[in-house]
Amino acid sequence: MNVRTLLLGTCSAALLCGYANAETLTIATVNNGDMIRMQGLTEDFTTKNPDIQLEWVTLEENVLRERVTTDIATKGGQYDIMTIGTYEVPIWAKQGWLLPLDNLGADYDVDDLLPAIRSGLTGDDGKLYAAPFYGESSMVMYRKDLMEKAGLTMPDAPTWEFIADAARKMTNRDEGINGICLRGKAGWGENMAFLTATSNAFGARWFDENWKPQFDQPEWKNTLDFYIKLMNDAGPQGASSNGFNENLALFQQGKCGMWIDATVAASFVSNPAESTVADKVGYALAPDTGLGKRGNWLWAWNLAIPAGTQKAEAAEKFIAWATGKDYLKLVADKEGWANVPPGTRTSLYENAEYQKAAPFAKMTLDSINAADPKNPTVKPVPYVGVQFVAIPEFQGLGTTVGQLFSAALAGQMSVDDALAQAQQVSEREMTRAGYIK
Amino acid sequence: MARAVSTRRMAVATIAAWIVALIIFFPILYTIITSLKSEPEAIQGFNLIPSFTLESYVTVQTQRDYFKPFMNSVVLSVGSTLLALLVAVPAAWSMAFSPTNRTKDILMWMLSTKMMPAVAVLVPIYLIFRDTGLLDTRLGLTIMLTLINLPIVVWMLYTYFREIPGEILEAARMDGATLWGEIVYVLAPMAVPGIASTMLLNIILAWNEAFWTIRLTTTNAAPLTAFIASFSSPQGLFWAKLSAASTLAIAPILIMGWFSQKQLVRGLTFGAVK
Repeated sequence: MNVRTLLLGTCSAALLCGYANAETLTIATVNNGDMIRMQGLTEDFTTKNPDIQLEWVTLEENVLRERVTTDIATKGGQYDIMTIGTYEVPIWAKQGWLLPLDNLGADYDVDDLLPAIRSGLTGDDGKLYAAPFYGESSMVMYRKDLMEKAGLTMPDAPTWEFIADAARKMTNRDEGINGICLRGKAGWGENMAFLTATSNAFGARWFDENWKPQFDQPEWKNTLDFYIKLMNDAGPQGASSNGFNENLALFQQGKCGMWIDATVAASFVSNPAESTVADKVGYALAPDTGLGKRGNWLWAWNLAIPAGTQKAEAAEKFIAWATGKDYLKLVADKEGWANVPPGTRTSLYENAEYQKAAPFAKMTLDSINAADPKNPTVKPVPYVGVQFVAIPEFQGLGTTVGQLFSAALAGQMSVDDALAQAQQVSEREMTRAGYIK
Repeated sequence: MARAVSTRRMAVATIAAWIVALIIFFPILYTIITSLKSEPEAIQGFNLIPSFTLESYVTVQTQRDYFKPFMNSVVLSVGSTLLALLVAVPAAWSMAFSPTNRTKDILMWMLSTKMMPAVAVLVPIYLIFRDTGLLDTRLGLTIMLTLINLPIVVWMLYTYFREIPGEILEAARMDGATLWGEIVYVLAPMAVPGIASTMLLNIILAWNEAFWTIRLTTTNAAPLTAFIASFSSPQGLFWAKLSAASTLAIAPILIMGWFSQKQLVRGLTFGAVK
């Protein structure tokens, strides 16, 4: 055996050992633009951490939610990192299903996380149970040209009264222009996200301090009446089937005067490659009714470590990389500041280059800061969450109520019937679940 | 004697058949058309003429690896079909040629398991898979798909075997055929069209099964159904990409179905005219 063969053999053995020692992290995620971008940039992480390999499982949001819930509830241990929403984090942390993120590293700068987002991810014990990958609120996106044509000027913080008036004036059905496009598709994360946030501005709430459902109160009737009349007068046809993507397409095609939805949509509607109205879009805070609460929600997609994993240390390393400041800079260097995942760090909004590249930055930050998940409503409530109620029963209940409200929008039932049935099913579910004694 | 059919009547029947075929095939055709559109074009509404862009196929190819889920789909569908036949042929033989008073009840019971919603047993099955280490393995999923499709396979084979006169098997037995010999050398050759169509149908069912294949896999055993599911997006346009992924996923089974359609039809109509 000569020296060359010996060297070659040693190197191969070392490589094999290295490979055998490499830990593979399985990461469950949704198919959003920012997530896909991250998958393309992971070489930066694996180069810095050659002993860690990454495997991705990308699924549709609802399937992912069901899939990771099954795995985490049964301690299946199939995932080392999960992408979960702001809704799941407090519930799962309480159940002991998530590991606290105690070792994100000295340079992670946890205090740089936006306070509103961070508070939603912090457990009762004050520990962080998930790190935000991107955050969003909701705001008004409007067509500046149509607003001008209607003889109106959008204030930075409009009221619902102004929005309704503007929507009716901007509507021109002959030209295919709808004054306003709002979510109508049934689902706790679809129409109920929008309607729950809107109801906060109207002084409504899901439950009183004793968990008694409040759909029989005048505030909910005002909310639903207002929404349905507005949509009938100024909304698109078949609005009861429209969710985020459908309204996005309508707005991009110039068929909506206004659209109130996730702040993340701003980067889509202002992108000339996708949107026909990219240079005509203005932004404003979600509307209020003067009662002290705005109808803007708060959401973040976060990375968390399930309690069943055997690779917690490597998983935390990855989370620190994916949600750290350096990652934002990496995206900016490779794909430009406009493509940086928004809504998680204060420092991003102080960055002059980002402000220049993203004209919607200030409004996004203001919208996120205006949301208060721990005090979401005018009257006191026993729950956390702006556009959802952070209890396990909400997914099912929210979707059932969403179906009733969607049916009311489609004209299949009256507002009074929809509210009466919502009250009935909520009372039954909350009694069954033990909230109402 | 065949009845004389007028040319006009034949033309009407042919047109009617084409219309029915087109209606059945239309969702697949529209998926292919959508896959050739750009994303904004795809969501704009009904439009049969795409811009013939291949950008969605390029994106799908660059974002995900197609080969691994494709191989998993092949292994799972063929493996589960062979395993199901191994169990179902003797089962259907015994039910067809040695029926008891309870045979009909057993057949009905087997079919009734198909009526249970899959989600009702998700957690127990998940726990069994977790405890036996079968989560995200091809073996585990092959067993699962075999069990899911077994009632249909047994039923189909039972129906075909019933058409074969028992006297032929008796004659084989008189000539000294063993039980195994009787099944392999006498029954199987006569039931080839039936077995082949059962096999083809089972491969198609296993290929398209989405509930369990998505829920019991993560990365190693995930087939093409999981590949398709990964292109649906809650925020952002995805119809064209999803259609491109679906087209790539159904293409192999569509081609297989096209080439074996004669066999499939022959098997499905086997015993219709006696």
